[in-house]
Amino acid sequence: MAEAHKPRLAVWKFASCDGCQLSLLDCEDELLAVADAIDIAYFMEATRGHISGRYDLSLVEGSITTAHAAERIREVRRISDVVITIGACATAGGIQALRNFADVKEYASIVYARPDYISTLATSTAIADHIRVEFELRGCPINKRQLVEVVSAYLAKRKPVTPAHSVCVECKLRGTVCVMVAHGTPCLGPVTHAGCGALCPAYDRGCYGCFGPMETPNAPALSDWLSRLGMDDRSISRVYSTFNTDAEPFREEKERHGR
Amino acid sequence: MEAGREQSVLTVAGVEALFAALRDRGYRVVGPTVRDQAIVYDDIAAVDDLPRGWTDEQDGGHYRLNRRDDDALFGYVVGPHSWKKFLHPPRQRLWSAKREDGETRVTADVTEPPRFAFIGVRACELNAIAIQDRVFLGGPFADPHYQARREDAFFVAVNCGQAGGTCFCASMKTGPKAEAGFDLALTEMLEGGESRFLVEVGSDEGRDVLAALPREPATAADEATAIGIVARTTASMGRAMPEGDIRELLLENLEHPRWDDVAERCLTCGNCTMVCPTCFCTSVEDTSDLTGTETSRERRWDSCFTMDFSYIHGGSVRSSAKARYRQWMTHKLATWFDQFGTSGCVGCGRCVTWCPVGIDITEEVRAIQGGD
Repeated sequence: MAEAHKPRLAVWKFASCDGCQLSLLDCEDELLAVADAIDIAYFMEATRGHISGRYDLSLVEGSITTAHAAERIREVRRISDVVITIGACATAGGIQALRNFADVKEYASIVYARPDYISTLATSTAIADHIRVEFELRGCPINKRQLVEVVSAYLAKRKPVTPAHSVCVECKLRGTVCVMVAHGTPCLGPVTHAGCGALCPAYDRGCYGCFGPMETPNAPALSDWLSRLGMDDRSISRVYSTFNTDAEPFREEKERHGR
Repeated sequence: MEAGREQSVLTVAGVEALFAALRDRGYRVVGPTVRDQAIVYDDIAAVDDLPRGWTDEQDGGHYRLNRRDDDALFGYVVGPHSWKKFLHPPRQRLWSAKREDGETRVTADVTEPPRFAFIGVRACELNAIAIQDRVFLGGPFADPHYQARREDAFFVAVNCGQAGGTCFCASMKTGPKAEAGFDLALTEMLEGGESRFLVEVGSDEGRDVLAALPREPATAADEATAIGIVARTTASMGRAMPEGDIRELLLENLEHPRWDDVAERCLTCGNCTMVCPTCFCTSVEDTSDLTGTETSRERRWDSCFTMDFSYIHGGSVRSSAKARYRQWMTHKLATWFDQFGTSGCVGCGRCVTWCPVGIDITEEVRAIQGGD
């Protein structure tokens, strides 16, 4: 009798900090089940073993920042049936997309002793700007429960449960007191995509927007309120200038409030 | 015998004895308590767990906890939570299924809910529960999960001794005095820094519980004091719903420019619906594990402000913020009458206070009424 085909998984890294790949390794309790259900064929952060050929599922971390990466991601697409991007770098360009609003040569001259060794693009862009992707999982870093959910959904051929509503809904589901209304703490929760389980407000901090814009963000209306809470334009611009700074609604709002 | 006419007076020690008596009868006692700089609803063991000496300051998008200059046990109004979180929990597993040896077995969720005793339920909240009763228990199909949590619950109401900045129950005729739906109702009377509670009996179970507590009969003066307290609260509401036929007003103004105006401000974050004690909408989520042998279906609170909520084949029906805000408000204040026979609003003010940008439902109605 023929053995059931185990899907082959590859995990690819582009410009990123590796934190999202670590989330997969961090799935301690589920990792054995993952390894049972799929063949981990290429995952440099976990193993030197490498099975070449085609992959059923490719998880892609990181953004495109070099001409070489732009070539390589097309190759990943060519050899993968399903491409799922993981994390803010892969879905929005990441924190390194701050270069998109600056002169990358100037940045390189500050950071590197020999900037002439650096060959880089002027921008950091999302994977979906270069190839077709089947699904984008948000977060900086991604939430490991959501990653397991996405892989489970892929295996069961169903839609993953990763709602695109606001972080506020998650706060309310867990009974967290609103930090903005009750404490006056600035919070990006109302314009931010759910997924983290409303982590920061549960520890008395405002949302930093790690999961990027929610499905229908109204950032200008939130910013008006943030200024009523005492934030100046520069501060408002900065809260939108983090891990998802080049996601359109955040970029527009950042620019509306100056650099 | 008319239930409402038996009145007696409890001291703070009597309220303490009430909690103990409820626990002895097997109730899980939940009530207001201070957490994260707000008054939330959670398990309470004793009078000391109540927000004694605290009050709240509320306005659109604004809530602060402040110290009172007395030791009142119930000197505040309603906070971010409502009793909905106990009767209609945010997440409810409906069933799970397991595949073993080629067979699939489905198991309904049969966890027996606790018998709740709710302490400090306000008149607006009793009205909200009565509304959810019509939603979940009225009609041919009763919701078994809600029913199991609801039917044996014990309600200790509190008649409000003050109104909050976003309260408008008086204009919705849902408070501030608890008229029905309670087992016992308290009115806190502060005299010389000392709290005494006029108790009204609302049910046989309430009468039985009260009978075992240390108490004294209420005097005519006590009754007059309690009436005065409620009258003062009625007169000091922070907000008011405009008078007139709101249902007709809204349904005749579905294209009013004010909907565009509010859509500019609305974050579509869903907070108003989550904090509303009558909003009942849910979504169901199916999850399966990695091995594909176990699956479960869970019901969780959803909101008419999410895109998924109105998603049908091809897309979301209400894609604009305008359409979603209008849906929420016209359902709450207008079509709720057609569906359930009453307004869906009880004037508790939560949607006003907990809207991150302070959108005020009474103000939106007023703007439409004024022809702005």
